[in-house]
Amino acid sequence: MCLGIPGRIVAVTDAARQMAMAEVSGVRREVNVACVASAPLEDLVGKWALIHVGFAMALIDEDEAAATLDALRELGEAQEALEAMAAGDAALGERA
Amino acid sequence: MRYMEEFRDPKPAKAVLAKIAAVVDEIGATAEKPLHIMEICGGHTHAIFRYGLDKLTHPGIEFIHGPGCPVCVLPRARVDECIAIAERPEVIFTTFGDAMRVPGTQKSLIQAKAEGADIRMVYSPLDALELARRNPEREVVFFGLGFETTTPSTALSIQAAAREGLANFSVFCNHITVPPPIRALLSDPDMVLDGFVGPGHVSMVIGIHPYDFIAEDFGKPIVVAGFEPLDLLQSVLMVVEQIRDGRAEVENQYARVVPEHGNPVSIAAIADVYEMRPSFEWRGLGEIDESGLRIRAAYRGYDAEAKFGIGYGAAARVVEEPEGCACGQVMTGRLKPTGCPHFGKGCTPGMPLGALMVSSEGACAAYYQYGGARAAAE
Ligand code: SF4
Repeated sequence: MCLGIPGRIVAVTDAARQMAMAEVSGVRREVNVACVASAPLEDLVGKWALIHVGFAMALIDEDEAAATLDALRELGEAQEALEAMAAGDAALGERA
Repeated sequence: MRYMEEFRDPKPAKAVLAKIAAVVDEIGATAEKPLHIMEICGGHTHAIFRYGLDKLTHPGIEFIHGPGCPVCVLPRARVDECIAIAERPEVIFTTFGDAMRVPGTQKSLIQAKAEGADIRMVYSPLDALELARRNPEREVVFFGLGFETTTPSTALSIQAAAREGLANFSVFCNHITVPPPIRALLSDPDMVLDGFVGPGHVSMVIGIHPYDFIAEDFGKPIVVAGFEPLDLLQSVLMVVEQIRDGRAEVENQYARVVPEHGNPVSIAAIADVYEMRPSFEWRGLGEIDESGLRIRAAYRGYDAEAKFGIGYGAAARVVEEPEGCACGQVMTGRLKPTGCPHFGKGCTPGMPLGALMVSSEGACAAYYQYGGARAAAE
């Protein structure tokens, strides 16, 4: 929950709400980009960000993203983050 | 040195370890008279155990595991208050998975869910917002938990709910801040800390200046660190170099992610939505002044405490910890996890008795998880 995970911003999905699609270890997830926003928001596309609980919190370069992802995998935290994302998706479906 | 194999590239690590050893020898610290260095962040605790950094570094360094695991410091009374909200029939209670197994006085969230409460694990407060949009007839409550790293996410979610006029969304706020418990620990005359490895991702939000008091008021060095193993070793080197030189400064080893003044958008959102509580209870540490946040009156409609009349402290405090539980002593570095009578017996990650066994960032869980590998290596 505290470590976050690197993801690559692939598209702006809702500029008014500052939402963008990020790709995290092959999984796509809509994230909030308010904390790293630049004008125009489209400039973020293609960049890497450290994503904490659905919010892009810092822009990082590609090498840093790769090194961070490696460290997270070794700690088992990358898997944990991906499982949490899947749990979040499941929760939206539950009893709905 | 089995742990060395765990590094993808052991050469740079070996070089830093040698430098650390040389500096520690210069200082004259030994296993009998070690330097006490506290890593504040639970992510760092986990990494130290995963890589066996405490075994690889000079025996004149002893790591003290700090209070930086938000799940571990959540008091039992607060878990009870949270379950009281979750068990209301109109509520969909949403939480990070980490919090599910934290024991309250009677039960944990996972037990409450088994008994029928509608409790759902989510990845993000944004999932909770979406649930609120899709279930207008239900009350969706998000369990806001964590240090400054996660505080902006709930602040921004509350702002978004307010903009949308989403009236069935609220946050049960348990956000806490890193600096106050460090001040409390440093003010404790029994505590002998020589320096700190500071949290990277918390600092990414707040910057490095909130730690100035550690250097200025208490004369201790602190180095903000990334959580890759080499980051940690480099930060330890920077701490011991400061000790050797008689310096006490706030240094930033993780400048590639941590800006000196933090993230302005996050800081503004936190200030807009939250204010300090006069005090907040930390498991193992007790009440600490101005260490926890609550939702400002302007956002009262999104405050689960106000909405459900729970407040802070409706449950009886201070709730005693289970008989013989040594969480408090472990958290303040007075006892190793293995020194607790429950360790590995009544208290395991599968059935945690104390909070330090709940999350992989808790010192006891880290000891337990990596203990087997460690015993084999020794
Ligand atoms: S073993 Fe369990 S009860 Fe003992 S200090 Fe650790 S978490 Fe607390």
